[in-house]
Amino acid sequence: MELNVLSNRKVGIVSCSGEGIPEGTVSRLACLKVLGKLKANETVTICLPLFIAGGEEERTFAKTFPTVTVDGCEKLCAAKATEMLSGKPSKSLVVSEILKKRGIAVPTKLRDFGNEEETAVNAVAEEIAKAVDEVLEKE
Amino acid sequence: MDKKQKKVVVVPCSGIGKSFGSVARETAHELVENVRPNVTVLTCLPLLVINDSDARQLITENPVITIDGCPKDCAKKSVESVGKKDFHTCRAATFYSTHKDLKPQGVTRLNDAGLKLARIAAEELAAKVDELVKEES
Repeated sequence: MELNVLSNRKVGIVSCSGEGIPEGTVSRLACLKVLGKLKANETVTICLPLFIAGGEEERTFAKTFPTVTVDGCEKLCAAKATEMLSGKPSKSLVVSEILKKRGIAVPTKLRDFGNEEETAVNAVAEEIAKAVDEVLEKE
Repeated sequence: MDKKQKKVVVVPCSGIGKSFGSVARETAHELVENVRPNVTVLTCLPLLVINDSDARQLITENPVITIDGCPKDCAKKSVESVGKKDFHTCRAATFYSTHKDLKPQGVTRLNDAGLKLARIAAEELAAKVDELVKEES
């Protein structure tokens, strides 16, 4: 991540990696959708494992730029790690809460997502994109 | 925890920006779901950082295999951070170095070569799982 080439209008997206739960896969795929399609020009990814393991550029970015964290479950690993290592996230989203609010079933698979699971991914991606817009409006 | 109940804990890095992070994640899922489902268990790596007591206990009381996507070794470092010293580590790229025909591409969806590489990696790691299970029994 080259901090000196980033414009001010960037939001860091921190996804929980959630290897052990389907919501973690939803988080990962929804974040990738935002980073690659929905808000490709306004967002950068912050690799949570690297962020945690001492990635200085990731930590510096999260101290300098706004962040949106996306967690799979109520343990809020991404939000807590971001706050602990860099600063309070601008927005903190939780997959299970988004799906509950929208009346969408939580996927039961860890991988090989199909159309049914894609609905959940799209819903979470939309909420992340909305959060990015709100953060940038405030900036 | 009863020795008979011990399982091998698999911790992949899941690096979100790299194909090898996806290979690491897919390898872990393949190993735990299909190759050695009864003797392995996954845990979420970030749980270790927020000091989740259940995750720490799982790591400290069971044999562990970490699968990293890149030389930064985030999964390995995270396991070390909870005081675990003796555990098996590997990198997804190492499996690619012996299977150069299977170049992984894509992050959201791994290409067929990446998926095949993950299946091969899981099969190769199964021998290490068996060894760790034998040591614990």
